Amino acid sequence: MDNLYRDFILEHYRAPHNHGALDPHDLAFADSNPTCGDEMSMTLVLDASKQRVTDVAFDGRGCAISQASASIMTDELRGMTLAEVREMDPRSVVANLGVPIGAARLKCALLGYKVLQGAVTGAATHWPDEADVLQQGSVS
Amino acid sequence: MVTAHVQPGVLDGAALRADFPVFDRPHRTGRPLSFLDSAASSQKPRVVIDAVADAYAHHYANVHRGIYELSEDATQRFEVARDALARFIGAPSTREVIFVRNATEAINLVAYSWGRTNLHAGDLILATEMEHHANLVPWQQLAAATGASVEYVAITDDGHLDLDDLRARLARGPRLLAVTHVSNALGTINPIAEISRMAHEAGALVLLDAAQSLPHMPVDVAALDVDFAVLSGHKMLGPSGIGALWGRRDLLDAMPPFMTGGNMITRVTLDGADWNEVPWKFEAGTPAIAEAAGLAAAIDYLEGIGMAKVRAHERFLFDHACAALSDMPGIRFLGPDDSDEHAGVISFVVDGVHPHDVATILDGEGIAVRAGHHCAQPVMLRYDLPATTRASFSVYNDLDDIVRLTDAIRVTQRTFGIA
Repeated sequence: MDNLYRDFILEHYRAPHNHGALDPHDLAFADSNPTCGDEMSMTLVLDASKQRVTDVAFDGRGCAISQASASIMTDELRGMTLAEVREMDPRSVVANLGVPIGAARLKCALLGYKVLQGAVTGAATHWPDEADVLQQGSVS
Repeated sequence: MVTAHVQPGVLDGAALRADFPVFDRPHRTGRPLSFLDSAASSQKPRVVIDAVADAYAHHYANVHRGIYELSEDATQRFEVARDALARFIGAPSTREVIFVRNATEAINLVAYSWGRTNLHAGDLILATEMEHHANLVPWQQLAAATGASVEYVAITDDGHLDLDDLRARLARGPRLLAVTHVSNALGTINPIAEISRMAHEAGALVLLDAAQSLPHMPVDVAALDVDFAVLSGHKMLGPSGIGALWGRRDLLDAMPPFMTGGNMITRVTLDGADWNEVPWKFEAGTPAIAEAAGLAAAIDYLEGIGMAKVRAHERFLFDHACAALSDMPGIRFLGPDDSDEHAGVISFVVDGVHPHDVATILDGEGIAVRAGHHCAQPVMLRYDLPATTRASFSVYNDLDDIVRLTDAIRVTQRTFGIA
């Protein structure tokens, strides 16, 4: 944990990218982290084909890890097709944080991912299996 | 600045820590463990661990069954544990103490057995906004099953139960009031004797959640004049997997079984069964035998210290924590600030830092606290907070824990560039 709160993470926490809500939007979803009750919502705008993300924003309050993770993840989304978004690997979301994430904070790191998957599939999705994500997902 | 020295009437936390093997476990930081999460579950003294091992090694057989020496020995020890618990909580009769897995199961027992027999459409159940989910969800489920409704007594801004609101709701004739003795999320100690009197005058039964009070202060269910009380062994230095329901004998006698099976019957035919007497009517199947021995050892350990001393110790720690946190910029804590009304549980917010981040940074300093909604989401909603960080005390804590806690909160604020 000693390197969890690197400046990189704290900068995203203080000034998250893609923060707020888009209106009008094509897709919207909200979900929560059961361990702390944090809620996050996400809105997405699609291109004319309705298959490609042109803009995204997330909203809600949460810990540094959940906010930084959603901030970093949403930076990657513009231009991706919905199929590509559905295929995103939760391990890469965790890895992109660049700090060691243990089981205790995994849901924080994956809240944005879960909300995003809910938005693109139209219904709440299961949390990724902890063992699968932690096996290769955490980087030292 | 507080100086760590033992005050008259206050326990020597460092000496007591020597009784708890967990404090020998090395923490990855190399620092001694500062365990401030006893409200979630307490640590276990060696005497409890040894009693569980001894029960398995030397006294183990099924209880209430075998006609042989070992089973009689096991049965006698199991019933001695029941006696010890009855005495500890001030139960008028040992027969009124029912062993269950935990306080949650005890509440469910009452909700299913008493509730589904006695409640009907249109009846009212009262709970409070400060209840643990364990004392909310079973009543909501009972209401859904019977057509009864549940209402919640409000909390004031400073963390007290609103007794005017209680009085107003009691006037509507609820059948039962489910209320906690100590709020696990706020630390508030509720005036149960007064609340019981008000409820009884209105014709309501009182179910007391004593899970957060019994480990920390003298509790006498007869003096408090409640009708049911529930507790968990694991919060009172005892093993997990054992807890108890205490209930007034006349109520228990009139209630049907909750779970059915072996031990809880006197006679079974293929057409039906006759129920055993209380408490065994409510103890279907093989109970937590070794855990009962551990619970008895935990009670013995607590009584050896003295519950009044335990309370004085934790009150002393709360007073110091309250003073220290009040002096720090950007820190707010919930609940009453008067230690007459506040148990050794302090739930706080570090402005600008999420409780999960606080807990992670504290963990990096060797300090274990709880961060989250504490299974009391309505309390968080009441104060418009997603979560809090909570430090809770037991006999093995001392002023050093509070110095470390406040130092680590300063580290947290520095990490986040605050203050």
